[in-house]
Amino acid sequence: MRWSRRATPGEPLVDQLKAALADDRVQAGEGAKQLFSRDASVIVGGRVGVVCFPETTAEVQACVCAARRHGRAFVARGAGTGLAGGAVPCDDPVVIVTTRMNRILEVDVDARVAWVEPGVVNLDLTRHLAGTGLHFAPDPSSQQSCTIGGNIANNSGGPHCLAYGVTTEHVLALEVVLPSGEVTVLGGLEPDAVGYDLRGAFVGGEGTLGIATRIALRLTDNPPAIRTMLVDFAEVADAGALVSAIIGAGIVPAAIEMMDRRCIEAVEAYVHAGYPTDAAAVLIVELDGLPGGVAHETAIVEELAAENNARTVRVAQDDAERTLIWKGRKTAFGAIARIKPNYYLHDTVIPRTKLVEVLESVYEIVDRYDLIVVNVFHAGDGNLHPLLVFDQREPGVLERVHRAGAEIVETSMAAGGALSGEHGIGLEKLKFMHLMFSPDDLDAQARLRAVFDPELVANPAKVLPSGASCGDIQGLAKMPDGAWV
Amino acid sequence: MTRLAAFADEIGATEPVSVAGGRTKWDLGGAVDPAARIVHAPSGVVDHDPAEMIVVVGAGTPLHELDEVLAARGQMVTLDGPPGATVGGTLMSGISGLRRRTHGPVRNALLQADYVSADGTVITAGGPTVKNVSGYDLCRLLVGSLGTIGFVGEVRLRTRPRPEVSRWCSGPARPHDVDATVFRPAAQLWDGTTSWVLLEGYQTDVDDQAAALSGLGLGSADGPPVLPPHRHVIDPRHIDGLDGAFVAEVGVGIVHRHDSPQPRAVDPHMLELGRRVKAEFDPTGRCNPGRDPYRSAAAAVPPP
Repeated sequence: MRWSRRATPGEPLVDQLKAALADDRVQAGEGAKQLFSRDASVIVGGRVGVVCFPETTAEVQACVCAARRHGRAFVARGAGTGLAGGAVPCDDPVVIVTTRMNRILEVDVDARVAWVEPGVVNLDLTRHLAGTGLHFAPDPSSQQSCTIGGNIANNSGGPHCLAYGVTTEHVLALEVVLPSGEVTVLGGLEPDAVGYDLRGAFVGGEGTLGIATRIALRLTDNPPAIRTMLVDFAEVADAGALVSAIIGAGIVPAAIEMMDRRCIEAVEAYVHAGYPTDAAAVLIVELDGLPGGVAHETAIVEELAAENNARTVRVAQDDAERTLIWKGRKTAFGAIARIKPNYYLHDTVIPRTKLVEVLESVYEIVDRYDLIVVNVFHAGDGNLHPLLVFDQREPGVLERVHRAGAEIVETSMAAGGALSGEHGIGLEKLKFMHLMFSPDDLDAQARLRAVFDPELVANPAKVLPSGASCGDIQGLAKMPDGAWV
Repeated sequence: MTRLAAFADEIGATEPVSVAGGRTKWDLGGAVDPAARIVHAPSGVVDHDPAEMIVVVGAGTPLHELDEVLAARGQMVTLDGPPGATVGGTLMSGISGLRRRTHGPVRNALLQADYVSADGTVITAGGPTVKNVSGYDLCRLLVGSLGTIGFVGEVRLRTRPRPEVSRWCSGPARPHDVDATVFRPAAQLWDGTTSWVLLEGYQTDVDDQAAALSGLGLGSADGPPVLPPHRHVIDPRHIDGLDGAFVAEVGVGIVHRHDSPQPRAVDPHMLELGRRVKAEFDPTGRCNPGRDPYRSAAAAVPPP
């Protein structure tokens, strides 16, 4: 039997943490351990040592130092909305939950900079900015729950990253607690930091390089004009072709999202956004910027839509209609729960010009395994999100879900794609890293990790298939309620 | 043998080595040790896929040559540099052009890099697609590294649509007033008395924005002012406190001056991390000996 290192009340580690934080912000009971053994991924079997809820940088530092002193690893965690198992704790670490560090410290409207703590919820920041004419551009679909710290860890995306770029393009500076327990600031408000771009190297590190405790974000001017269109098709191939045609015409919309028939049906039954339920696919195309350019590009998109056999182009006439169109997209995952109780969401990227052929392969793979797939994804940047929906009570279904998923990943890679567009590698995709990177490439990445964390104590066994294993991890569980993409 | 393999062969696995581009920023971060063997990276556009908005290019390609290929298809990359500057040199210097405020810094343009490591191995960093979060972001570590942790041979860059119109305006208006008048200008400069603004986009929008600027006293200009040779880096919020002769990039924090900047203070933990980067990626110190990204702030750089 495996030796258990799970902390219990009265242990020196727990006592030290309580002394540094507060009794009620250090939890070593079974309930807390259970709760924090999971994130929003399908991965179960995580093992928590003890859970801490620091409120300051000094307290995060104390948690890291206590973990180190007692020979434990540590895992940073935000809202736990990650979909690749990045926050699933391996081998009884100190879990450092940042959700109580949720203050917006400063907003400088003239400089377009906000300093925030890592536990600030993504959408709360944008809400806080109402009336300033600014917003925080990365908008993952989980934005009403996910934290900025988690966005940093995963280099999160979202629909509007097509035009505005993923999280790393919006991070100016990071105060971090390094795995050594030291505190430093990576990057700065100055445009070019001295030396290597360690800020850039840190973002997307999935908690393996340290813990960000204060973050300076670049804020984006709200566009003066926005045009949101819902374009529907009788053939998925035509929708894919329109995506290529728009980009090929030199237009980079703020967002281009695609939903296939099964998704449209589920969404329409759920939120009544007015999506045509007899369509094979719809695209949401959003253009923004100055009014002249938006009008010009709208006309081009309408023309290209007609050339690519679109049945109708519905242009939102006001904010309410725009909100409704987006509501359908953003609640897609809640809606899909009505089809089957469980789903496994994949996240790969393919060249956007290969959307049609890869989607056809996805449908073929899923048919072969007798599964159902729902597609709702960021078509403009080729970021696929095939959702396999199933009922786990069905015998043998998990095995089929796994095998179909692996084939989808392999197909995406064969098309010249990438393993993940926004969910990260976590535990989920470790076994696929060799499809994208050679042993030499992975060695170089391991060197970067060693710069920050030579002893592999920060979120061990994630991102790189290093040989360090995560003992009790299993592949697939019942999906938690309320997951997003 | 591929061009990349030949490049790796030339770099080899031992002895000091350096890669020269257009030598437009050759002394940035210090002079290269004369003992270093000089190698040149592959040059030329390998592949441009306009519908994918990606270009694959040899690191030794001059920027103007890349720009000609992209312009023919109505696209561009946001790398700027003085005449002769190469793609690889611009990435390794990490120096962004005047349009950084809206187009973003150089590092945002790099999607994937095939580089030769200190032991002569070809490594692929980043990913082939416009969006990718698979593994660690080695591309960002490479940008601005001055060739001290490896040498880029071939890179995959994000392209952008070329604007229909580009127009400079200038006049005696304060930066704050200009900022409040125009939406996401491509560039905004200020020398203490005069503002320059680069408007890019569709004709109607540029006309409208130029008309709004004329209300502040700005009229058409031939281009930006002549930029003094030294780049100072400041917190962009401190632009109002500048004195002497300067041209500042408003909203960015680069100030062009005639005198060289004082070395900037670096936190000791940061320096230690930097030392470890070098030790991990170039344990024998053979990559571009003599140059140090922690010293680059003090060198003169010709304006892009």
